[in-house]
Amino acid sequence: MKVSADDVKYIAQLSRLTVPETEMEKFTEQFNQILNYADILQKIDTAGIEPTAHVLPVSNVLREDVAKEGVTHEEALSNAPAVHNGGFKVPRVIE
Amino acid sequence: MTKYITVIGLEVHAELKTKSKAFCSCSTAFGSAPNTHVCPVCLGMPGALPVLNKQVVEFAIRAGLALNCEIKKFNKFDRKNYFYPDLAKNYQISQFDKPICENGHIDVNVNGEEKRIGITRIHMEEDAGKLVHSGATISTSDSSAVDYNRAGVPLIEIVSEPDMRSAEEARAYMENLKAILEYTDVCDCKMQEGSLRCDANISIMPEGAKEFGTRAEIKNLNSFRALVRAIEYEVERQKEILEDGGHIVQETRTWDDANGVTLSMRSKEEAHDYRYFPEPDLVPVQLDDAWIERVRSELPELPAQRQARLVKEHGLPEYDASLIVATKAMAEYFDEAVKTAKDSKGVSNWMLGDVSAYLNNEGITISEFKVTPAHLAELVNLTKDGVLSSKLAKKVFAEMLKEDKAPSVLVKELGLEQVSDEGAILKLVEETIAENPQSVADFKAGKDKAIGFLVGQIMKKSRGKANPGMVQKMLKEKMQ
Amino acid sequence: MELYKLTAHELHEKLVNKEVSSVELTNALYERIDAVEDKVNAYVTLDKENALAQAAKVDAKIAAGEEIAPLAGVPGAIKDNISTKGLRTTCSSKMLSNLIPIYDAHVIKNLRADETIFLGKTNMDEFAMGSTTESSFFGATHNPWNLDRVPGGSSGGSAAAIAAGEAIWTLGSDTGGSIRQPASFNGCVGIKPTYGRVSRYGCVAFASSLDQIGPITKDVTDAALVLNTICGKDEHDSTSLDVEVPDFTKALVADVKGLRIGLPKEYFGEGLDPKVKAEIEKAVKQYEAMGAEIVEVSLPHTEYAVITYYIIAPAEASANLARFDGVRYGYRNTSATSAPEMTTLSRTEGFGAEVKRRIMLGTYVLSSGYYDAYYKKAMQVRTLIRKDFEEAFKQCDVLLTPTSPVVAYPIDGKMDPLSIYLLDVTTIPVNMAGLPGISVPCGFADGMPVGMQLIGKPLDEATILRAAYTFEQANEYHKVFAPLGGNK
Repeated sequence: MKVSADDVKYIAQLSRLTVPETEMEKFTEQFNQILNYADILQKIDTAGIEPTAHVLPVSNVLREDVAKEGVTHEEALSNAPAVHNGGFKVPRVIE
Repeated sequence: MTKYITVIGLEVHAELKTKSKAFCSCSTAFGSAPNTHVCPVCLGMPGALPVLNKQVVEFAIRAGLALNCEIKKFNKFDRKNYFYPDLAKNYQISQFDKPICENGHIDVNVNGEEKRIGITRIHMEEDAGKLVHSGATISTSDSSAVDYNRAGVPLIEIVSEPDMRSAEEARAYMENLKAILEYTDVCDCKMQEGSLRCDANISIMPEGAKEFGTRAEIKNLNSFRALVRAIEYEVERQKEILEDGGHIVQETRTWDDANGVTLSMRSKEEAHDYRYFPEPDLVPVQLDDAWIERVRSELPELPAQRQARLVKEHGLPEYDASLIVATKAMAEYFDEAVKTAKDSKGVSNWMLGDVSAYLNNEGITISEFKVTPAHLAELVNLTKDGVLSSKLAKKVFAEMLKEDKAPSVLVKELGLEQVSDEGAILKLVEETIAENPQSVADFKAGKDKAIGFLVGQIMKKSRGKANPGMVQKMLKEKMQ
Repeated sequence: MELYKLTAHELHEKLVNKEVSSVELTNALYERIDAVEDKVNAYVTLDKENALAQAAKVDAKIAAGEEIAPLAGVPGAIKDNISTKGLRTTCSSKMLSNLIPIYDAHVIKNLRADETIFLGKTNMDEFAMGSTTESSFFGATHNPWNLDRVPGGSSGGSAAAIAAGEAIWTLGSDTGGSIRQPASFNGCVGIKPTYGRVSRYGCVAFASSLDQIGPITKDVTDAALVLNTICGKDEHDSTSLDVEVPDFTKALVADVKGLRIGLPKEYFGEGLDPKVKAEIEKAVKQYEAMGAEIVEVSLPHTEYAVITYYIIAPAEASANLARFDGVRYGYRNTSATSAPEMTTLSRTEGFGAEVKRRIMLGTYVLSSGYYDAYYKKAMQVRTLIRKDFEEAFKQCDVLLTPTSPVVAYPIDGKMDPLSIYLLDVTTIPVNMAGLPGISVPCGFADGMPVGMQLIGKPLDEATILRAAYTFEQANEYHKVFAPLGGNK
C-alpha cells in the first residue's frame, strides 16, 4: 500500500478538502490502485531525459509595461459571497 | 559565560516600480480605493491567464547587475502553492529552482571596516493582496476584507548569505541595498508603504562552533529601527533560552514594534509543503548577451561610484560623501545644487548640517524639502562672495524655510545685505578707534587680542552687516 | 424542412438567400431543444432572449444587404467551462453554479465579432474531469443514439447537442480526449487543434499544458468554419502561438492520393473492441483504395501515456482549482467561523468526488518527497511520448487510429476510476504531444457510432481536415441522424 488513511488525511489538508470517515477506506483504496498502476513508469529508464514542461518551442512572450483599466469595482465584487468596505469579506483569518 | 556569535541573513522583498502589474495590465498605483485596480487575471477569475510584463525582467536584470550578480540566461516561472485569502489563485507565481540572478554581493562599511555580504539569489515573483482586519489585529478580528489592488504587483526577492554578524551589519547591508535599489530606480523603497520589506533569519552559536544554530525567521520589519531592535531582542531571547539549557525552535516570528518583542506566529504547526512546479501558463524567458549588456550599459551611477566621484571632483571628505550618497534624493539634491554653487563643500556642509537637522525635526525627507537646490546654492554663493556672514546666512536660511523666495531677494527684503562699501566701513572704523583708545593702545603694544574686541564693536554698530574681512583689514591699516 | 438537421454551411446559404431568417432558425432550435432536452440533458443554461436579439440583428444586416460571416446568425452552443460575460458559466459544478463571468473568453470574443448565436451553455463532466458527463452537478447527459448510454466526455453536452439536433455547432475543450471521444460516441466531427492554435484565455483551466478548445460539428466543413473563427494569436494567452492561420476551408479537398497514413500498431492491440476494429480497418481499406499509402508505425511509449497523463493533469489541476476557495466567487459554506475552515468546507461541499480525487492525486504527486518519483518522471516520459510521434511522422503524414477503443457504454456508474481512465489511451498521447487530432464518424458497432481519429503534425490541421473530408465525402455516416431511442 502506497498511502495510508493518515496520508490521505494529510493530502486532504494540503488540498483544503476533507474526506468523510465513511468514505476513507474506499477512497484510500482507489488512490492506491492508481499509484500502484503508476509503478509501470519505473520500467522506463529516464536518466538524462529532459522533462517536458511545455510542448511549444516558444520563449519570451512578453507584454509592454502599459497600464490599462481593469474591470470596475462593481464588476470585481459582483460574484463575491460577502462584501465589507469594498473588500471581499472573509471570516477570521486565523483558526 | 559562553560567548555567542550572531548569524543573520536577510530576505528582502522589493516591489518593482513598473506602471502595470507583473502578469496583467492593471495599474500598480498605491493608495487607491480597495479593488479598483483589478481585472480577471489578478482576481484569479476562472479561465484568466498571466502574461509577463517585460519591464519586470528588465528591472530584475538591472538590480542583479547593480548587486554584482551573475545573470542567468534561462528563466522560467513556477507555482508556489499555499492557501491564503490574499492570494487570489492560491498559488504565487514565483521562480523556484532557477532564479534570474545568483552569486552577488554588497560591500558595507561598519565602524570603519569593510565587509562583503554575499547575495545568494534574486528571483522574480508577484505580490499578494491586502487583508484589512475588522479589529485592531489579525487575532482579535472576527473578519477581514480582502483588497486585491496589490495582488500581482511585481516583486524581486533578494536573499542574502548568512554573512552578517551584528545588527549594525544588517542595518548597513539594508541601507546599502536600499540605496542601490533607489539609484537603479527599480523600487521606490518606501518601507512604511511596504514597497520594501525585510525578513531576518537570526541564529546564534557559541564561539568556536562549526555549525550555525537553529534559526528563527522574523517578519514584519518595516523600518531600519525595527530591524535593529528586532535583531537585538531576538539575540537576547535566544541567548536566554540557551543559557537556561533550552533549545531554539525553528519557526516564523513576527516583530511587535509597539511592545518591542518578537512573537511566535503559529499557534499550531502547519506543514509547509509548497508543491512548486513549473508554471504551465508562462513560457520561458531566454536572455541573451545583447539584452544583458544593454541593461549594463544603461546602469546609472551607483552609490559607491558616486561617493568616489564626490570625493574626487568636489573634495568632500569620505565620511561626508558617504552621508550625501546614502539616499538617491540627497545625492541628486547635491548634484543639482553644485551646478550653480561656487563652493561644493559649502553645499555639503549645509546639507549635512542645518538642512538635515531641519528634516529630522520635521520628520520629512529631502524629497519633501521646500528649499530648491538652486536656492541653497545661491545662499552658499552669497556667503562665499562675502555678501552674507555665516551668522546672517543662518538667518536667511530660516526665512527660506518659511517662504519660497530666492535668498538674494530675502537679503534685500530683510535689509541684511553685508556692507562692503569702503566709505561706510571706514566711517565705522574711525568712529570705533576714536571711542576705544585703550584697545588701540593695547593693539599697538602687541596685544593681538584687542583687534577682536574692536571688530566686535564695529559689527555691533553695523548690526552684523559689515563685511568682517574688510573691517579687520581696514582696522589694521588705520592703527598702524 | 427540419432546420435543426442542417449544417452551418448549408444554413449560411439559406440565410444569405433569405430562405430562412436567423430568428426563425433560432426559434426552430429552441423548439427542438424543448422537444428533446428532457431526454438528453445536453444543456446547463439556455439564453433564449439574448440569442433571439442577436438573431434579429443578423437578420437586419441581411435585410440591409450587408455581407455576413459564415457563422453569423447560425445558432451554436458553448461548453460550460468557457467564460461568457454575463452568462452563467458553471463548469457543471456546484462550486460555480452561480458564477456570472465578468469577461469573455478569447474564442467568445471572436465568435461574437462574427455575430454568431449562442443558444446556451452545454453540460460536461465537472471541471472537464471525466469521460462520461456523468459527474455533472446538473445531472448526466444521455447519448442521443441510445439514451441509456453515456455521451462520452467531458464535452458530452456539446456532442450530444449536435447529435440530437439541439445546436448546429458547438465548442468543446479537450485535455485528454474530451472533444474527440464524445464526438466519436455521438457520431459527430470533433477536432482538437494543435496546442497553442486556439487561445485558452477564458477556458476554465483543468490542465494548462494540455487543454485546448475546439469545435464539435456535424461535418468536417463546419469544423473548418469554426476553426477559422477561433484560431489565432491572443495577447492574453502566453501559450497561444503567433503563427499564420490558414483558411481551413481551403483544405477541404477530396483527395488523398499519395498521402502516407500511419497505423500505430500499439493502438490496435489488446483492449480494442473487435467491432470497432473492424470499422477502422474498413476505413483504412477505403483510404487505400482512394490512393493513400498505408504504413505501419510504432509509438512504443503508448502504454505509459495514460498514467503519465493521470499524474501531470491532476498535478496542474490541483493548483488550477485552488482558486475555488469561497472568497471571491463561487460556493461558500456560511457556517464556518474561520477563513481556512470556510475554504475547506466550501471545497468539500462544492466539488464532486472525481474532482476531489484528482485534486488530491495532484497534490500528492507534487508533495515533498514524491515530486521526482511521480511528477518529474511523468514529465520525462512525456518527452519520450513526444519523440515517438516525431519518429512516426518521419514515415507518414497523418496517423490513423480508433478514437476510442470502445463505443459508448451504459450509464450505470459500474466502472472503477482506473478502468475508465485506461479507455483514454487512444486520445491522451495526442494531448501529451500537443498535436492536432480529429475524430470523424466511420461506422457503427452495436448500433452506436464509431469514430476514427486522424492525428497530424504540429500545426498541420489542414492535412487531417483534408483526409477527414475525403473520407466523409466518400461515405454517408455523417448524414445518419440519432434516433433518440432507449429507455430514458
